[in-house]
Amino acid sequence: MVKLEVKNLYKVFGPNPKRVLKAIKNGASKDQLLKDTGHGIGVRDASFEVLEGEVFVIMGLSGSGKSTLVRCINRLIEPTSGDIILDGQSVTKSDSKELLEIRRKKIGMVFQNFALLPHRTIKENVAFGLEIQAKSIEERDKKAIDALEMVGLKGYEDMYPSQLSGGMQQRVGLARALATDPDILLMDEAFSALDPLIRKEMQSELMTLQSRMQKTIIFITHDLDEALRIGDRIAIMKDGEIMQIGTPEEILTDPADDYVKEFVQDVNRAKVVTASSIMKNPDTIISSKDGARVAVRRMRSAGISSIFVLDRQRKLKGIISIEDAMKLVKAESNDIDSIIDKDVYTVSPDTSIEELLPLAVNTKYPIVVADDDGVLQGIIVRVSVLSGILGEEDEDV
Amino acid sequence: MYRLPIGKYVEIFIEWLTANLEPVFQAIKAALLWVVTAFEWAFEIVPSYVMVLIIALIAWRIAGKGTAIFSIVGLVIINSIGLWAETMQTLAMVITSALIALIIGIPLGIWMSRNNVVNAIMRPILDFMQTMPAFVYLIPAVLFFDLGKVPGVVATIIFAMPPIVRLTSLGIRQVPEDVTEASIAFGSTSRQMLFKVQIPLAMPTILAGLNQTIMLSLSMVVISSMIGARGLGDVVLKGITQMRIGQGFEGGLAVVILAMILDRITQKLGNKNNGLNGQDT
Repeated sequence: MVKLEVKNLYKVFGPNPKRVLKAIKNGASKDQLLKDTGHGIGVRDASFEVLEGEVFVIMGLSGSGKSTLVRCINRLIEPTSGDIILDGQSVTKSDSKELLEIRRKKIGMVFQNFALLPHRTIKENVAFGLEIQAKSIEERDKKAIDALEMVGLKGYEDMYPSQLSGGMQQRVGLARALATDPDILLMDEAFSALDPLIRKEMQSELMTLQSRMQKTIIFITHDLDEALRIGDRIAIMKDGEIMQIGTPEEILTDPADDYVKEFVQDVNRAKVVTASSIMKNPDTIISSKDGARVAVRRMRSAGISSIFVLDRQRKLKGIISIEDAMKLVKAESNDIDSIIDKDVYTVSPDTSIEELLPLAVNTKYPIVVADDDGVLQGIIVRVSVLSGILGEEDEDV
Repeated sequence: MYRLPIGKYVEIFIEWLTANLEPVFQAIKAALLWVVTAFEWAFEIVPSYVMVLIIALIAWRIAGKGTAIFSIVGLVIINSIGLWAETMQTLAMVITSALIALIIGIPLGIWMSRNNVVNAIMRPILDFMQTMPAFVYLIPAVLFFDLGKVPGVVATIIFAMPPIVRLTSLGIRQVPEDVTEASIAFGSTSRQMLFKVQIPLAMPTILAGLNQTIMLSLSMVVISSMIGARGLGDVVLKGITQMRIGQGFEGGLAVVILAMILDRITQKLGNKNNGLNGQDT
C-alpha cells in the first residue's frame, strides 16, 4: 500500500521562486540559473512513492538536496511546487491547523545533531511531542518511559542530555520521535554524527526495532554502505534530482547512469549482491526418469562434467558425474538413483556472495539456488561468484 | 554657514508634547509614584536588621555564603554611617525602574528576535538610548514630570532598558536552529516554541541582560538626584556642591556596597541557570 506519494516536487531558493520555476521546468541548469537569476535549486522534479512499512533511503552527497527534500515532506521547508500526499491527504495543500496535526500525529523526525533540549531531562525531552499536544502528565510519562525502554535507555529518565554519549543522545532523539507513535519517521542523517562502530550498532538496532514496529521510514544519508544496509529501496540524488530509485541490488547491478555507477563502484559488493543475481539458468538438468545414456549425451553436448537431477516437482535430487554415468552405461544399468551424489550445497536466492564464497571453495560442483520449497531456481558456477564480486556478472562466463 | 536648528525642533516637539499630552503624563506620573512609594514604604517599615537578614538570605540562596557574608557586613556599615534610609530610597527606585524596564524590555526583545523589520528599526534606537549622555534624559523628564522621584525613574527606565532588550533578542536568536526546527517538526505553535524552547534556552543571556539593566539603573538613579530624586545620590551631590569630602565619600561607599550586592546576586542568577542546562556538569 502506498503510504506517501511525492509528485513533481520542486524547491527553488531565492527572492522570487515562482518566477523562475518555468525556466527550471524548461531545463535550465543549476549553475546557469544561479548565474542568471540568483536562484538556487534545492529539489528538481522529485517524484516517488513510499510503501507502508518500507525503509526508503534517500542518498546523495552534501548539497544534493536530500535534506531539503525530506524537510519538504513535513513542510519545515515550503516546497515551491508539486504535491505531497500522505494517506490520501495532501500535505502541501493543508492549512496551518491541519499541518500542525500532521506534524503532531503522523510524522516523527530524528535529526543529525540530535536537537535535544539541554534544559530538560531525558524523560521530558522524549515527552516533548506529547506535551505539545497537551496530553496529561500520566500519559506523557507512561509513553515516554515506554519509548525509552524500546531504545534501551530505561533508567536514564532523570538525566540531562549533556550527561549522555552521542549514541545515547540519538537514542533519546529516536525515542522522542517514537513517543507520539507516528506513521512515518523522517530520519535526517540520523547516524552520521556518530562513531563508525556506534553507527553500525544503531543501524542494526533500528532494523531490529523496525521488524517489530513496521513504521514507514524515510532515511536520509550520504553513506552508501548505510543506505545499502538498511534500505528496502534507495533513491539516489544529485543536484536536486533523483537519478535512480531501486532496491540496493538493482542500484548496484544496474546503475542508471555514470553518476550512480561511479558512486557504487567502491561498495563491498560481496555483502550486497545476492545469489539470485549471479545464478545461471539451470539448462543442464535431467529428471530422474531419464536414463544414464541421456545424461551422458547431455553432458557431452554441453561440455560439462556433472549434471543435476530433479524430480517431477523440479525439486533437486542431487548431482551425477560423467564418470559415474559412463560406468552405469557400461554396466547396462538404467538406475541412475544409485549414482546420485546428494552432497550438493543448496542456498536461498537471498544469500550474499560473502556467504557463498566459503561454499564455492569447498565444493567441486556448482551451487544450487532453491526457494523455500526446495524448487530449483538456478545454479551458480564457481567462477560466477568471483565475477559477481568484481561486478562483471552481465558478461558471459 | 547655515546652522541646522535641531535643538530648536526638539524644543518645539517637547513643548507640543507637554501641551497636548498632559493627562497622559499625569497618569504615568501617578502610577509610577505609587509604585516607588509602595516599595519605599515596604523597605522602610521593615526594621533595618530584619532587612539585612532578608537580603543576606536572598544572597545566600542565590549566590552562596561569600556574598551573604559580604551583604551583612556591607549593610551594617551603611547602617552605622547613618545612610540606611537613603539606601532604601535608592533601592526602591532601582527596583521600580528595573522592573518596569524588564516589563517593557523583554517583550520588546522577543518581538525584535522574531521580526527582522522591528529588529532593524529598534537597533539604532537602542544605540541612541545607550550612547546619549545620561544627563540629557533628565531635561525632558523634568519637563514632563516636574522634579522628584518620578522623572528620575523615567530617565532611569530609558537609560537602563537597552541591555535587557538587546540580550533578550540575542539570546533567542542564538538558540540553535536544529532545536527550533525540531520543535516545529513535532508540531509546536510559535507560542509553544517561544515558551518551551526559546526562552528557556535564552535564559542565561536574558539574565545577563537583567544584571546589566540593574547596574545601569543604579548608576542612573544616583545621577537623578540632580533633579531631586533623593536617596544616596543626594548625599553624594551635597558632598560635591558643599565641598564636604567626608560625606561625599560615605555616600559613594554606600553606592558601591549596594552595587556589589546587586551585581553578585544577579550575576549568579545567570550562572545558576547555566548550570541547570547541564552545560557545566
